[in-house]
Amino acid sequence: MLESYFPVLLFLVVGLLVGVAPLVLGWGVGKVLGTVRPDPEKLSPYECGFEPSADARIQFDVRYYLVAILFILFDLEVAFLVPWAVVLKEIGLFGFISMMIFLAILVVGFIYEWMKGALEWE
Amino acid sequence: MIPTSLNAWVATPEIFLLCSACIVLLFDLFVSDARKQVTYLLTLLVLALTAVLTIQSLQQGLALSASGVSAARFAFNHMYVADPVADFAKLGMLLGVALVLIYGRSYAIDRGIFKGELFTLTLFSLLGMMVMASATNFLTLYVGLELLSLAIYALVALPRGNVRASEAAMKYFVLGALASGMLLYGLSMLYGATGSLDVYEVSARIAQAQFNPMLLTFGMVFVVTGIGFKLGAVPFHMWVPDVYEGSPTLLAQLIGSAPKLAAFVFVLRLLGEAMGQFGPLWGEMLKYIAILSLVIGNLAAIAQTNIKRMLAYSTISHMGFLLLGVMTHSEIGYAAAFFYAMTYVITAAASFGLIMLLSRNGFECENIADFKGLNKRSPWFAGMMLMVMFSMAGIPAFVGFFAKLSVLRALVDSGLTWLAVVAIVFSLIGAFYYLRVVKVMYFDEPEGELLAPAGELDAKLLLSLNCLLLLVLGVFPNQLLTSLSHAVNLTMAGSAGMMLQ
Repeated sequence: MLESYFPVLLFLVVGLLVGVAPLVLGWGVGKVLGTVRPDPEKLSPYECGFEPSADARIQFDVRYYLVAILFILFDLEVAFLVPWAVVLKEIGLFGFISMMIFLAILVVGFIYEWMKGALEWE
Repeated sequence: MIPTSLNAWVATPEIFLLCSACIVLLFDLFVSDARKQVTYLLTLLVLALTAVLTIQSLQQGLALSASGVSAARFAFNHMYVADPVADFAKLGMLLGVALVLIYGRSYAIDRGIFKGELFTLTLFSLLGMMVMASATNFLTLYVGLELLSLAIYALVALPRGNVRASEAAMKYFVLGALASGMLLYGLSMLYGATGSLDVYEVSARIAQAQFNPMLLTFGMVFVVTGIGFKLGAVPFHMWVPDVYEGSPTLLAQLIGSAPKLAAFVFVLRLLGEAMGQFGPLWGEMLKYIAILSLVIGNLAAIAQTNIKRMLAYSTISHMGFLLLGVMTHSEIGYAAAFFYAMTYVITAAASFGLIMLLSRNGFECENIADFKGLNKRSPWFAGMMLMVMFSMAGIPAFVGFFAKLSVLRALVDSGLTWLAVVAIVFSLIGAFYYLRVVKVMYFDEPEGELLAPAGELDAKLLLSLNCLLLLVLGVFPNQLLTSLSHAVNLTMAGSAGMMLQ
């Protein structure tokens, strides 16, 4: 019974190794070879254009929302297209036409957003 | 896996509406703001053509049933049905939506919401209602409901600068999402209990006792809660007054009229057809919801000074009446509720149409006091408002009386005389606030300057016809009542026949 969990244990061990080894290596090798000249930007966890830690209720450009929403819409389309493409042979003409109808409706939306100027940044 | 019963032609009205809504959406992009009348006329043309297709479908269904075949025609692998109940309901919705656009035109122009989105979103919400009316699968039912709701949330928020409209949209959205969640949770339990999403399949499994009783009961409770939210019945009514008050009047009219028909067909399919075996059980739940709606709707309406809020509470009490018809789980009860919903669409359209007629740029006619001395300003429209109020109060010779009478008859036939008495008592209490509007119009002195009703000639003409229709239908209700009860009988017989198979 328990031995069937062995792969899970193995996975945990390998996962820990993969996580810890670069840290140890980086720290060790860095000590020997590197020079240390820290500044606040270097010490911050990541760099994305926003302050990494600040009040969550800040103002930012509403255009981010628009881009994000439009991106999600057309990104999800791929989530449908890929499995459809894989089984296209089995589902035949019916499947093909169904997807074309779906894409046609999306294209209507795309034309709408384009003509409304939602894709212009300024 | 190729579906064996696509039968897409059965859904011609919906397919046509979808295509034309997309065309209107694209067409509007090339129309300048000053010439939105073109989009408006195109939208009305789409509604008229959809109505023609629906009438054809209705005639086909009636011809089929006359020749002894089932009137129900299925499409998309049993996910969609065209039967006379659906077709009648769709005609009512088409009429309701067309009236919203016609009455609201000058109101929308004055408030800067006469835009392409108003038309396309209205068409999409209508598509959602029509899908709901024809759905025989829980998934189709839910997709139709969401299409309707999402389009209406966006419509309510259409005047972007208006804080009250945004607030109403937000409240509507949050509570609507909660209701959808409840409903979906209930539907998933029904699926778990019976193993099917098909309305007739669920009904057959219940008849063959192939289900998990506890899960089914829980699912039913959640479904009834979701329906209560969507209909705006007490205790799930809190959103109704705020949304009516906050949203632009033409959208209050859209929310308050046609979707009630969709909700009725929804209840008929979900409770009447899928869970007909449990009629007494959900009937008991609906009974208390209906009584509470009558009590709270009518009592709270008395305290209102804002006419839109008053109409909101009046809607709640009307929904109580509708549910009383449904809870008897008899064909006569469903027919009465169907008649009630159908005539309520016309009555609500007239009441909101009159409010919009008296509003103008920079002035919202929304307090009952704004109707003071309307008789002196415009005797004709005071008379129209009188008819609408009398019809809502259920005074004989107006259609509201026959709607209430047929529900009461169904209650007495089912041996629930005490419920009929309760309903009558609260209708009498309700008559107070309807008659108060009449009193304000005829016996109070007008305040401030005398403003004549605004609005275009076509809207005025149609509004007058609409109000007169309340009287005509009240004097000759039989034609409509028998057609609707015939349609309900066909549907219920069809679902019983489906179960025997």
